[in-house]
Amino acid sequence: MTGAVPRLRRGVKCTYDQVRSAHVVLFPEGVLVLNETAASVVSLCDGVRSVGDIAAALSAEYDGVEPDDVAALVARLAERRVVDVDG
Amino acid sequence: MAEAPFGLLAELTHRCPLQCGYCSNPVELVRREAELPTEDWLRVFDEARALGVLQIHLSGGEPLLRNDLPALVTHASSLGCYVNLVTSGVGLSRDRLQDLASRGVDHVQLSLQDATRAGNDRIAGIKAFDRKVEAAGFIRDLGLPLTVNTVLHRQNLDNVAGIIAAAEEMGADRLELANTQYYGWALRNRAALLPTSTQLAAAAPVVTAAQERLRGRMEIVYVIADYHEAHPKPCMYGWGARQLTVAPNGDVLPCPAATVISTLEIENVRDSSLHDIWHSSPSFGAFRGFEWMKDPCRSCSRKEVDFGGCRCQAFQLTGDAAATDPVCSLSPDRSTVDLILSAPAATTITMRKMS
Repeated sequence: MTGAVPRLRRGVKCTYDQVRSAHVVLFPEGVLVLNETAASVVSLCDGVRSVGDIAAALSAEYDGVEPDDVAALVARLAERRVVDVDG
Repeated sequence: MAEAPFGLLAELTHRCPLQCGYCSNPVELVRREAELPTEDWLRVFDEARALGVLQIHLSGGEPLLRNDLPALVTHASSLGCYVNLVTSGVGLSRDRLQDLASRGVDHVQLSLQDATRAGNDRIAGIKAFDRKVEAAGFIRDLGLPLTVNTVLHRQNLDNVAGIIAAAEEMGADRLELANTQYYGWALRNRAALLPTSTQLAAAAPVVTAAQERLRGRMEIVYVIADYHEAHPKPCMYGWGARQLTVAPNGDVLPCPAATVISTLEIENVRDSSLHDIWHSSPSFGAFRGFEWMKDPCRSCSRKEVDFGGCRCQAFQLTGDAAATDPVCSLSPDRSTVDLILSAPAATTITMRKMS
C-alpha cells in the first residue's frame, strides 16, 4: 500500500475555510473538514508521490509519522472519492 | 449555537422548460415577477459564505433561464464556494457552458428522465433527450465532472438498466437514481408515480450489479422508495443541521419542501439575514436536535440515524409536523401509508406548469 500513488480526483477542490479556521476539501458529494495532518497529506496527493514518499515528506515536518497511518488516511480519502489511487 | 451549514440550495427560479410530473417543487410555483433580483442573490451568497456555506447548488426550475446566471456563478466562485450547476441541459450550448466553466462552475448535475428518447420526452413533456445527450458531450469535452440524476417512478423503473447504460454513454462520473419523493407536483401525481413492489424488487439487483461492475468508474447512488421501506429516510441529516434552501422568492427553508408545513413561519431574505434565520428563527429551531420528538422516536435507538424521518411527510400525511414519519413501521400512522400503497394506480399525470 505504501507504493500506491494517490491523486486528487477531477472536480475536487482544496481550500482554507476562514469561518471554521480549517482546511477543507470540496467535492460533488460534500465537504470534508481536515485536521492539520490530513491537510498536509491531501496537499501531497499529486499523482507523483507514493504513500511512502508522502510519509517521508511529512516526517520532515512532524514527529512519529507512520507510513501505515498515511496509508489508512489515503484509503479513507479514496473511499470518500476525494482521491484516486494508482498502483 | 447551531453548527454552521455546509450547503446552500439556491433555487434561482421555478421557471423550467420541462414539465415533469414528478417535480418536488410546490404546485404553486413562484412567478418570474416575484423572483429575487440579482443584487439580492449576490447578498445571499455573501451571507451564506459568512455563515459557513462552502457549496452553492444553483438549481430551480432551470437556472439557465436566469439571465444573470454568469454573474451569480462568478460571485459564488469568488467567495471560495464549490459551485454546482443543477440543470435539465436544455439551453446549455457549448459556448454558454464554456463561459460558465471559466467563471467557476465546478460540477454539473444533469437530469435524465428515462433511458430512451421516447420515454424521456414523454416524462419531460418536451423534446429534451437529444439536447441532454448533446449537453453531456459539452460537459465531458470541457473536463467538468458530471452527475446524471434520474428520478425513478412507475413509468421508468423497469428501464433502470437502460438508464444506467445511458449515463455510462454520457460519460457520467456519478449517477443518482432517486426514487420519487412525494412533495409538490409529485404528491399530486402520486397515484400514477408510485412503483409496485415487484418493480422495486426487480430493479434492486440490477442496481447492485451495476454498482459492482462500475466501481471506480461511475458511482451509482440509489435513493430508496421510502413508502415501501420499514424505516424513514434521514431527511436532511437533521433539520437545520447541514443545508438550507433559498426559494426563488427569497423564502428561506430548512428543507426544499418545507413550504408544505403550513404551520411553519417562513422567513425571507428580504427581511432578515441568513445568519439570524439559521441561528435564531422559529422555523429552523422547530425540529433541530431531538428535543421536539415524541415517542416512538424519542426513545428510539434509530433517532440519530434517521432523525425521525421527514417533517414535511409527517405533516402531509398526519397533519402533525412533529409526528414520527408515517413510513416508519413503528409509527402509529403507518396504516395511512399502507392504504396509499394498496390504492389502485392512476394512469394520467398532471404535467408541471405555472398556474
